[in-house]
Amino acid sequence: MMPHELLKVVALVSVGAHPVTGRPRRAEQDARAVELGLCLAGKHLHLLHAGDAESEALRGYLGMGLAEMTVLQQPLHADILPALGSYLGATDAQLVLTGSQAEIGEGSGMLPYLLAEQLDWPLVVGLAEVESVKGGVAQVLQALPRGQRRRLQVRLPFVASVDSAAPKARQSAFGPAQRGQLQSQKVAVVEDMLLSEASMQTARPRPKRLKVIKAKTGAERMRAATAKASAGGKVLTDITPEQGAEAIFALLKEEKVLR
Amino acid sequence: MKESFRRDPRNEWIARNRLHPLYSALQTQEASWIGPSGLVRKNPHVSGFIGPNGLKRIDRSGVQQGGGSQRSGTKAAVQLPLRIIEQPSFYIVVVPDMVNGRLSSHDKDLLGLANTLAGDEGAVVAVVFQAHKEGGFDTAGVDRLLHLQGEAFADYSPEQRVTALCALDTQLNPAHWLVPDSRTGGGELGRRLAAKLGERPATRVWQVADGQCIGRAGAGQQDMARTAPRLILAAAECADPVSDTRHEVRAIELNETLFHRVGRLDNLGAVAVDPALTPMAEAEFILSGGNGVKDWELFHQAAETLGATEGASRVAVDDGFMPRARQVGATGTWVTAQVYLAVGISGAVQHLQGIATCDKVVAINQDPACDMVKRADLAVIGDSAAILQALIERVREHRQGGMHDAA
Ligand SMILES: Cc1cc2nc3c(=O)[nH]c(=O)nc-3n(C[C@H](O)[C@H](O)[C@H](O)COP(=O)(O)OP(=O)(O)OC[C@H]3O[C@@H](n4cnc5c(N)ncnc54)[C@H](O)[C@@H]3O)c2cc1C
Repeated sequence: MMPHELLKVVALVSVGAHPVTGRPRRAEQDARAVELGLCLAGKHLHLLHAGDAESEALRGYLGMGLAEMTVLQQPLHADILPALGSYLGATDAQLVLTGSQAEIGEGSGMLPYLLAEQLDWPLVVGLAEVESVKGGVAQVLQALPRGQRRRLQVRLPFVASVDSAAPKARQSAFGPAQRGQLQSQKVAVVEDMLLSEASMQTARPRPKRLKVIKAKTGAERMRAATAKASAGGKVLTDITPEQGAEAIFALLKEEKVLR
Repeated sequence: MKESFRRDPRNEWIARNRLHPLYSALQTQEASWIGPSGLVRKNPHVSGFIGPNGLKRIDRSGVQQGGGSQRSGTKAAVQLPLRIIEQPSFYIVVVPDMVNGRLSSHDKDLLGLANTLAGDEGAVVAVVFQAHKEGGFDTAGVDRLLHLQGEAFADYSPEQRVTALCALDTQLNPAHWLVPDSRTGGGELGRRLAAKLGERPATRVWQVADGQCIGRAGAGQQDMARTAPRLILAAAECADPVSDTRHEVRAIELNETLFHRVGRLDNLGAVAVDPALTPMAEAEFILSGGNGVKDWELFHQAAETLGATEGASRVAVDDGFMPRARQVGATGTWVTAQVYLAVGISGAVQHLQGIATCDKVVAINQDPACDMVKRADLAVIGDSAAILQALIERVREHRQGGMHDAA
């Protein structure tokens, strides 16, 4: 039904980390990007990773039903953007899918933005679904907070980042994952300058914000200390169901949740 | 405006004239008297008046005799001191999210951070796109306001907005850009701006101090500390909001006329989503049923008519009326709805925990003394079935009314 067979989709994948054990694994959002790519291009989806081809965690993506992945060889502390940009610029990709944030390293979420800037392609943030592609123009749904969606039209080729609102990734099968090929390519390396200056540390729990009472007089302090947390709402007793319904309806209208 | 003090000779005269019918009304309370034991007792509360700065003053010049109450009559609202920056040596620019046209608490935290970064020399500039409903820019700490309006910035227009912000960057050359790292627009706009300006931003920043900033990295297991860059995407509660100064909110303009290239993203508008499919944790409007719901058919019908996402208490789930995934509470989903409509739920602590961050809670219950009614902003006491039925009819009537209007 979907005329996406001709769409050339590249999914950028990275190595993730398990949230508890920290063990390397496929990254959650990248796997969703691959899932979306598989829905659009099936077996023709092109997987691309910049980093270490020896990394076993990458096989997690191959286990989703793909035969091979291209790996641009890069050392750990390299700026991978130039390598990805020049590689993608030379291919005929029409849609580049990425996760919205890496699970290890800086995780600034800048990659899709910088890539789009470098390639001078439009960028769709929070892609949830590609509805149709006609005449070089794609109609897509963008995920908004609170489960809302927005319909956008964008010219091919474009970059799209995928967040946790996209469809959940299928499981990775062990056999195909082992059989898949990691095709590594040697490319130029650019050192990332930031990492020499910045320092990583284990995340500190953030302090809870205290309620500061800036009262000048004793009376004000007393009032602030004894004030109830919530003023307590309206309680409607001894009314007909219709009156009750009317009151609820008025509140729903006021909060603008009735569509 | 300052209240000028006026004497009222007539009142003073009445206050001196013991035989006047209004005499007692104008007497101030006794300030001192001889107590039963012969000691002089004083009532400190009646002497003096509230001065213009809100402090109590005692005037011993004798003017206060008779009708002394007239001074304390009007108590002016306390004015915070106004901060004026005439010639700022640098600028800190904040691009607030303005969710629903108002400064969110996240925006205010950022303005607070901007004010600490600005110190005494710098000015805080806020950039606001499109019409807004905010009246409190002055107390939130905005020295300069750039209000951009026009077709180009309508609704969702990140590319056009970035163009405008780039123009502002050349105009002011701000020392720092602060953008909320939120899902409601700031996270995207800030990153687009960073890519366009070629600045490497610090993201998810939760502390900025002494030129250093700390932000979450990776999947949140690590922090990254670095020297604060020019562009900072800051998390909520990164600093305390401004609370004790007032600011000018002087309007500024972009010098450059903007030339927009044709947007490459065409916004076709919001899409109607099926509320049943929205994840409960994110849903905006939840209709939740508990042990007090007897007619589940009616409950589902109500959810459909209202366009609400369904939720349930644990009892409703255990009894098999609702799927496990719909349970709200400590062992279920923690919801963040704007409106949470609880039908026949008693409000056990385990349940109330799950709805702690909900904005407005409405309860329909038979028991006016139950905890859910205490938590609720609006509680309707009565039988759930009858009220749901009436509510369905009321909403249908409204929808049809709307239809007629449109036709
Ligand atoms: C470890 C633990 C974890 C738990 N976790 C959760 C959790 O995550 N979520 C959760 O919900 N619970 C949880 N519970 C259960 C919780 O303690 C309560 O038992 C449960 O929430 C009560 O559900 P209820 O309010 O629907 O039922 P009830 O307490 O039976 O309340 C029914 C309410 O409906 C009203 N009512 C009755 N008939 C009508 C009518 N015709 N019209 C209108 N109102 C009517 C009654 O006045 C009453 O207020 C947990 C309990 C434990 C021990």
